[in-house]
Amino acid sequence: MDILSLFIIVPVLTILALVFTKGLQQARITAMVGSLIQLGMASNLVIAYFKERAVNDSIMLFTKDMIWFDHFNIHYAIGVDGISVALLGLTAIIVLAGVFISWKMEDLPKEFFISLLVLSTGVYGFFISIDLFTMFVFYEIAVIPMYLLIGIWGSGPKEYSAMKLTLMLMGGSAVLLVGVLGIYFNSNADGGALTFNILEIAKVHIPFAAQKLFFPLTFLGFAVLGALFPFHTWSPDGHASAPTAVSMLHAGVLMKLGGYGIFRIAMFLLPLGAMEWSWFFIILAAIGVVYGAFGAVRQTDLKYINAYASVSHLGLVLFALLTFNKIAWNGAILQSLSHGLLTALFFALIGMIYGRTHTRDINKLGGLMKTLPFIGAVYVITGLAYLGLPGFSGFIAEMNIFVGAFENPDMFHRVLTILAVSSIVVTAVYILRLVGKIMMGPIIDEHHHDLPKVTWYEKTGILLLLIPIIGMGVAPIWLSDMIMASLQPFIQGVLTH
Amino acid sequence: MNLNSVILMRQEIFLLAILLLLIVGEIFIPNHKKRSMVHLALLLFGIHTMVGFFAIEEASLFGGMFRTNPLIHLFKNVLNVGVFILLLQSADWIQEKLVKDNKGTEFFMLMFSSLLGMYFMISAGDFLMFFIGLELSTLPVAALVAWETSKRISSEAGVKFILSAGLASGVSLFGISLLYATTGSIYFDDIIGLVASNNLTILASILFFSGLAFKISLVPFHFWTADVYEGAPISIASYLSVISKGSAVFILMILMFTVLKPLLHIWEHIIYGIAVATMFIGNLFAIRQHNMKRFLAFSSIAQAGFILLGLITGTQLGTATVVYFVLVYIFSNLAAFGVVQAISLETGKEKRDDYNGLYRTNPNLSLIMMLALFSLAGIPPVAGFFGKFFLFTAAASKGYYFLVFLSVVNVTISLYYYLLIVRAMFIRKSNHPIPFFKSKIYMRLGLIATVLGILALGLYSPLYDYIFDISIIFNK
Repeated sequence: MDILSLFIIVPVLTILALVFTKGLQQARITAMVGSLIQLGMASNLVIAYFKERAVNDSIMLFTKDMIWFDHFNIHYAIGVDGISVALLGLTAIIVLAGVFISWKMEDLPKEFFISLLVLSTGVYGFFISIDLFTMFVFYEIAVIPMYLLIGIWGSGPKEYSAMKLTLMLMGGSAVLLVGVLGIYFNSNADGGALTFNILEIAKVHIPFAAQKLFFPLTFLGFAVLGALFPFHTWSPDGHASAPTAVSMLHAGVLMKLGGYGIFRIAMFLLPLGAMEWSWFFIILAAIGVVYGAFGAVRQTDLKYINAYASVSHLGLVLFALLTFNKIAWNGAILQSLSHGLLTALFFALIGMIYGRTHTRDINKLGGLMKTLPFIGAVYVITGLAYLGLPGFSGFIAEMNIFVGAFENPDMFHRVLTILAVSSIVVTAVYILRLVGKIMMGPIIDEHHHDLPKVTWYEKTGILLLLIPIIGMGVAPIWLSDMIMASLQPFIQGVLTH
Repeated sequence: MNLNSVILMRQEIFLLAILLLLIVGEIFIPNHKKRSMVHLALLLFGIHTMVGFFAIEEASLFGGMFRTNPLIHLFKNVLNVGVFILLLQSADWIQEKLVKDNKGTEFFMLMFSSLLGMYFMISAGDFLMFFIGLELSTLPVAALVAWETSKRISSEAGVKFILSAGLASGVSLFGISLLYATTGSIYFDDIIGLVASNNLTILASILFFSGLAFKISLVPFHFWTADVYEGAPISIASYLSVISKGSAVFILMILMFTVLKPLLHIWEHIIYGIAVATMFIGNLFAIRQHNMKRFLAFSSIAQAGFILLGLITGTQLGTATVVYFVLVYIFSNLAAFGVVQAISLETGKEKRDDYNGLYRTNPNLSLIMMLALFSLAGIPPVAGFFGKFFLFTAAASKGYYFLVFLSVVNVTISLYYYLLIVRAMFIRKSNHPIPFFKSKIYMRLGLIATVLGILALGLYSPLYDYIFDISIIFNK
């Protein structure tokens, strides 16, 4: 069995095993073992990737191709480059952390872990696919379990949030479908056969008129998932209602599908269309960056704060992608990884706080550092990393983005970059205010003097996320090199057009 | 009538034999043993379905009135499988309710003669045979719709159905006669060369089309659908929405791609408009329904709108995607109706709110329902996704990107109301949920068959390739 297909087979086998489990204990052990194997596979893949990359300089490694629907030239085609390897690793980490954080899932535990693993199967499949059709299939598989995850195990107005999220994301994927079909039917522009294979389409010169028509559709299809302003409204509601592990997976991994898809499909396959439209979408992205930051300042619910912060930080990813600068692109990928880890960690901490205090309202919280020192310390670290303190992952990513974006010499891009940079200040405002309010300060609620201790499984989940954050900040060079090397085909394909 | 023609018509002859055997059985089996008639009918029809899978080559009989080829044969098999699953799902209902009133055999006879009509309809080589088939497939259904004569709503449904069907047939017949007037022939093969794009022919084809549009319940010929589905027994609603609709789609496609092909440039506009109207009206009305049967009625109207995306192309790709989609749709809708039937049979409940909290008491039924709804909504990896994706591909291959766009908007709308059912079953809680129950063996077999179909049809690609290869017949 090849090293990549395992990323689909192992989660599917885990799901099948989960079907036969009874009770919480069996379900969580099975899910844990399954996700542990996935993390092992991801680590193994990173090592194998470096080995293979040293001797093989094709765009995608470990490729495999199987015909699926012959008449449409649909293949099950897989392969990875440095970017997808990094994102696969991110996914594996967050899934395992999510399982640990959901250790006490009392209500329908079997179904919960099954849905969680269906979601992760979709994400893995999306990242390893190099066939548009297969990729689209996995994209939808990743989105649809969200409905049940939020609807059944969520809190607050969960029915509303779940429906809104699902419809907006599926609506996005519906628009994307038109874009995918448009790309498919133009893939014979140079006289070849119609194909869904990304690498083959990238070599084709799709006519400008078609690119101009289908780029916005493809872009928007993914951008809804990437929380582009003004299509971000599903995200705060969805995150606020979702159970902890689902918020982690969703903000940490699922939303990355948007940026990845934009880069790998919309921009890589339709470079001329991207150039033509970039001015419009970059304005939306920049608005999203600033709007998200100010939105976060305004909120009082911890999860809403984080959800708006995600809109801001992921806006930065889209912003960086649309600057057409390789340093900014590198930053965008790093930001995806960094934000994935940080936001997952944030949501995990919020879940732990909520589980103990039963409130997420910052006005009712205070002095948690005294009663929950572990959570408090990690919260402060995460907050500092989030606002881009050197030594953590966030700094590396944002530094790259802004340096790269400012290299564009024209006024338009510079003004937008300055606008986007200003979001850092706003980020500092809401993070510091938050830390000061709920961590330091006096204890507001009497009941908060005596809160349950942090358990081993929670600590494991937290450390799983914290270690790579620090690792990325201290020694970003390997990761950065791996990504930079994989950006070459994009630089050749898109920038030199 | 020599041996060869018997072999070519064996589906029809075999079904007729079953019909006659059942009549004999009805006479000779004593009343207190009538329950065994159900087993007998299922057994005979099961054998019939199996035997049908032996291949048949292309041929025509009776001077071109009756024709058969691998695609038509495949479609008859599809109908057989659909009816067989439907009978499995209804077997308990027939045993418990109908046999008691001594009406079990009549049910089978009416259904089989309607199916026989469909065989003739899709095998027709001229308009006379086509019309006889159409009528034979419709009239017995009217009796089936009005089955529960004691219920006002069922009688009303029967009257509604027979009146609308009669009108549609009449209009259709008028269209055929105009077509005969302009071309001087009723044989499909002759007409192909004679159809000219003049106003009378166009009028004729539109009139003719409306007869079939009624059976497929396309807008604006859909008004009967919801009321009839609601009034009819669930098996019959299922039969109408799956088997009857499927066969009508198939013959409409054949006629449009062969006989009316010269008019395709005019048809494109008409079908475009009807497809958009059907999708939107079906979907928007489905949102407001609380009765599961009415809900599935509007959902099936919307699905018919999607099918038109394949019809608009007039190519081999269009034929293949339509046949494939109908196959997928049959399995998905049968699964949905099957669950509704199982629950209605056990508890008599048919409202969406009655399904609240169903997962916690009846997880298997809820999962089957969810699978069916996801397939109808077009969510991977179940078959409905592939069916829809291929239909959209067919439409896009002709450059109808905007139509595809409108369709995907409709897919999203439809997802909303399919999720409402999922919400009721999985998320909502109820003080009086439907209690746990175990369905009888036939019902379970019927549901398992649909689940296997829904899962296998999409992932097992050689099936589509086979359909595509034999679809060349009508697109030479």
